[in-house]
Amino acid sequence: MSNQLDQTSMNEERLRDAIASRTRPKRPSPISSSLTFSSRALLRIKHVPEQLFDVTVFPVIFLLMFTYLFGGAIAGSTAEYLQFLLPGILVMTVAQITMYTGIDLNNDIRKGIFDRFRTLPIWLPSALVGALLVDMVRYSGASAIMITLGFILGFRPDGGIIGVLGAVGMILIFCFCLSWVWTTLGLIMRSEKSLMMVSFMVLFPLTFVSNVFVDPSTLPGWLESFVDVNPISLLVDAVRGFMHGNVTGEAIMWVFVASGIFFVIFAPLTMYLYRNKK
Amino acid sequence: MNHELAIETKGLVKTFGKHRAVDGVDLSIPKGKVYGFLGPNGAGKTTTIRMLATLLQPDGGEAHIFGKNIVTEAAEVRERISLTGQYASIDEDLTGIENLVMISRLMGYKKKEAKARATELLAAFGLEEAAKKQVKNYSGGMRRRIDIAASIVVTPDLLFLDEPTTGLDPRSRNQVWDIVRTLVSAGTTVLLTTQYLEEADQLADRIAVINQGKIIAEGTSSELKASVGAGTLNVRLADSTDRERAITILSEKLQTDIKTSGDTASLSAQVGDASLVAEALGELVQHRINVSDFSLGQPSLDEVFLTLTGQKTESEEEGKQ
Ligand SMILES: Nc1ncnc2c1ncn2[C@@H]1O[C@H](COP(=O)(O)OP(=O)(O)O)[C@@H](O)[C@H]1O
Ligand SMILES: [Mg+2]
Repeated sequence: MSNQLDQTSMNEERLRDAIASRTRPKRPSPISSSLTFSSRALLRIKHVPEQLFDVTVFPVIFLLMFTYLFGGAIAGSTAEYLQFLLPGILVMTVAQITMYTGIDLNNDIRKGIFDRFRTLPIWLPSALVGALLVDMVRYSGASAIMITLGFILGFRPDGGIIGVLGAVGMILIFCFCLSWVWTTLGLIMRSEKSLMMVSFMVLFPLTFVSNVFVDPSTLPGWLESFVDVNPISLLVDAVRGFMHGNVTGEAIMWVFVASGIFFVIFAPLTMYLYRNKK
Repeated sequence: MNHELAIETKGLVKTFGKHRAVDGVDLSIPKGKVYGFLGPNGAGKTTTIRMLATLLQPDGGEAHIFGKNIVTEAAEVRERISLTGQYASIDEDLTGIENLVMISRLMGYKKKEAKARATELLAAFGLEEAAKKQVKNYSGGMRRRIDIAASIVVTPDLLFLDEPTTGLDPRSRNQVWDIVRTLVSAGTTVLLTTQYLEEADQLADRIAVINQGKIIAEGTSSELKASVGAGTLNVRLADSTDRERAITILSEKLQTDIKTSGDTASLSAQVGDASLVAEALGELVQHRINVSDFSLGQPSLDEVFLTLTGQKTESEEEGKQ
């Protein structure tokens, strides 16, 4: 195939003309370069649609699995359990998808395209910001799919459409900030395998040892205190509040605090490593 | 600081742990030429280039590109350079044109201009028909070309090419050489690394031989060759039974070791002084040893490398297999 493609030979004159132009356009603005990276991410989805599995098929499987697996056992009825479970499982699923941001960056580094981006005269964070913008779209898509499916299964949010939008907004803010943890790890870890392993090691306890599946007051004291400060629990509290129509200002504040801490530590750390990557 | 120089380094050092990958490199590379970095795998070529391209911070020494410090004035340096790394720095999932449009946009071209520039480059590099194919379907030569095309979206004043022809077939290699020559004739300075002596010989105006992080020789290819002597004398005996006597005579006259090979009739020797050759050959005739053929060749860069490092080069070792 490649040999068939490679039939055209180079044209000396055109080559000389193409090289002769030495005009350098003005540097792109941070917004423009970020959007260019966003369109790269969209093109990658177009060419490798399989990567949408994690935001389409997985959420559906997760929701069905947990609803029917635990619904009867824990809450007695699936419809009732769904009211409690859906906000939590939504948070868990989207939080787990954030991991792929780090993996994509790690792949870029190993493939060498990262080096090219770093020698361009652009606002450096735009490569990450652009990719994260598209990730926001992916997270929104995953949320939409889960909420729609939940609705079909009998989920009825008391918070109404505003509550649902507020809940998704909370998730997006939190996940945008959480993503910088994975970009940091993506810059540190050498192989995709080890990166996956470390990411899972962080994510599994964070998502499972939380209030996603059970009410923390049923847990032994020492475990309850971990669950209570787990940032995922804080997010789930706010998301449940929005969806059930009884969100408190305190719950929202804690999400902002947790997100802020992730962002303030890991965004600069990512950029430092990005600039000084060996 | 000399402003006529594209690259000037003093005592450049990079260590990885205890290992000194680049160990005190001094370079003065003039503008508008092709400069070759020649060395075996692991010599420190990539590490040096990555420092000069502002991708890696040096641990010691300093370097200026067109008079700008690579550490403190990295942004200014980036405005004038471009790097084509050892491994394709292209998004393989995207098509050729998508890649070039992306880079053009990142360089600051507006949408329409970016498209036009990408199309122009694809045509110039013989990639028109492959423009809408994903790069992962490209052959090695096409990949290299699109990679170089991406590096000259804005023609840089200095282009780094890290092993641009490693693993390419001869036709693709010649195409890359043509690109390099065209770039230089248009005023770009090119620093390329290679493991192939022939490539350095063909393409580079000046060559630095690098081994274990140190530059062990520097000069034009003829200077390097001259530094190891006049060249190699090859002698073919008409009668291979004269071999032992011929070896004795030649080694005495040329004051050097005589190399033999599987072919019992042929002998060779590194000659320090060309005038000794005529004498030695005359001596053979006097002893009635008939020579069917002889030649005095300029030393190849392979020989230069062997003399300088005591190591065989990859191309020589491959040749033996
Ligand atoms: N990131 C790194 N970490 C540790 N060692 C490295 C790293 N990069 C290169 N090296 C080591 O530095 C030496 C020089 O490598 P390199 O510059 O890639 O050589 P070359 O390009 O000439 O083949 C090698 O011994 C290599 O193993
Ligand atoms: Mg290398």
